[in-house]
Amino acid sequence: MIVAEKKPIEEIIDQVKDFQKLLIAGCNECVTVCEAGGKKEVGILASALRMYFMNEGKKVEIDEVTLERQCDHEYLEEIRDRIDKYDAVLSLACGVGVQFMAEKYFSTPVFPGVNTCFMGAAEERGVWSERCQACGQCILGETAGICPISRCAKRLLNGPCGGSTKGKCEISKDLDCAWQLILDRLKELDRLDDYEKIMPIKDWSTERAGGPRKVVREDVRL
Amino acid sequence: MSTKTPSKLEEILTAGHLAVTSECGPPRGSDPEDITKKAEMIRNHVDAINITDNQTSVTRLCSLAACVHLKMMGIEPTLQMVVRDRNRIALQSDILGAASFDIHNILCLSGDHQQFGDCPKGQNVFDIDSMQLIQTVRLMRDEGKFLGGDEIKRPPQMFVGAAANPFADPFEIRVPRLAKKIAAGVEFIQTQCIYNLDKFELWMKLACDRGLHEKVYILAGVTPFKSAGMAKYMKNRVPGMDVPDEVVKRMSGVPKEKQAEEGINICVESIQRLKEVEGVRGFHIMAIEWEEKVPEIVERSGLYPRPDIS
Repeated sequence: MIVAEKKPIEEIIDQVKDFQKLLIAGCNECVTVCEAGGKKEVGILASALRMYFMNEGKKVEIDEVTLERQCDHEYLEEIRDRIDKYDAVLSLACGVGVQFMAEKYFSTPVFPGVNTCFMGAAEERGVWSERCQACGQCILGETAGICPISRCAKRLLNGPCGGSTKGKCEISKDLDCAWQLILDRLKELDRLDDYEKIMPIKDWSTERAGGPRKVVREDVRL
Repeated sequence: MSTKTPSKLEEILTAGHLAVTSECGPPRGSDPEDITKKAEMIRNHVDAINITDNQTSVTRLCSLAACVHLKMMGIEPTLQMVVRDRNRIALQSDILGAASFDIHNILCLSGDHQQFGDCPKGQNVFDIDSMQLIQTVRLMRDEGKFLGGDEIKRPPQMFVGAAANPFADPFEIRVPRLAKKIAAGVEFIQTQCIYNLDKFELWMKLACDRGLHEKVYILAGVTPFKSAGMAKYMKNRVPGMDVPDEVVKRMSGVPKEKQAEEGINICVESIQRLKEVEGVRGFHIMAIEWEEKVPEIVERSGLYPRPDIS
């Protein structure tokens, strides 16, 4: 899933303080799962903002909505009939949802209420970590199912570097060395000899380096 | 064996001499004297001098320019090049730039992560890794081609080196990793600073068992401690460094004013012992901001005078 983190309330207030009618829009997908921008967080943020504006003596009307998905035309359309009531939307969706909202409601200011962090998974309750950087050419088959691009601080395809110490990365004792994980699993799979195959120079054109990306599937287009 | 490049370092190693290299860190400023003075101190005691490339990710005068200063002094430089800061265009371009000054040695490295340096908020590049940089230099030199396939007019003639750290984890792949670098085309290795000699000897033995010592020239890396504080710092704070307790204890066991001398003693003793290790073909003396001690270390280790090869 896409993992996001709530923005500090001060930053949110600074973005929306000059508006009178505000819609806080949550998203029922990834940001709900990672507890940053679902219905619950929309409610908490709305209460906090109401309290803040009341203390400031400002009259600000705040409504709440949580859409099934903000990265989908169909669900975003659900607020078309009332979007004009608002001076601004505070979206708690990931960066994709915020942008889709802005594209759809061109004349309504939209502000992000979360920082979109990465594509990852919940290791345990309250702990999420990165697993994929969408490089566009998956090599997990060669690296024992552990991604050196998203999990090695240097994205080394032929690691580990000289900084790997006791299974941890040189940048933090709290971070596993991806190459240690790869080697442990290669061993488990009885494939340690594969370590000596040199991974060729990567084609990064399918990654961010190649410019904004698009997938077009003629077979599923209408 | 015949040489493949005009590198003096390659010639010395090929002739069967124990090579001696050292390194100079460029300054955090643009005064060329910071490099030329250090180089002058050690020029007669070493065969080539590495110039580090923004080591520990701290911004410094560039390695290539510093190498050119050495070249102008008639000293043989080794261009250290990390893949952290440049993409494949910049790497190839700098290799050609170095080749245009007839710089004949290159050391291919990953580079420390930028969070250790003065720009922790900066991007890193890692378009290719150190293994692939070795391949790139060999392609440019041996086939006269760019990575894109086009032909290079006057290809670089560089003796290709890399680092090896026998002390990083996991230990069991440290020899396979050396084998991998050899397969990528590396011709000489400068190791991480050796303080745990037993572990180094084990690594070297495993490398010899695979015959790797016959495929690459291995220069054992040594760094003298200036103080007990430095020994402790290296032990606890530098990633991938293995400083045994007894070495720290030995440094701490002498009075402060004698610690520098003790550091040199340990370094010389290490070299003496390492000389006897099968597969060790020379020494890389990294006297960090202590270049003036290199001549003494070289002389006391019986590595002076250097072979006269012109």
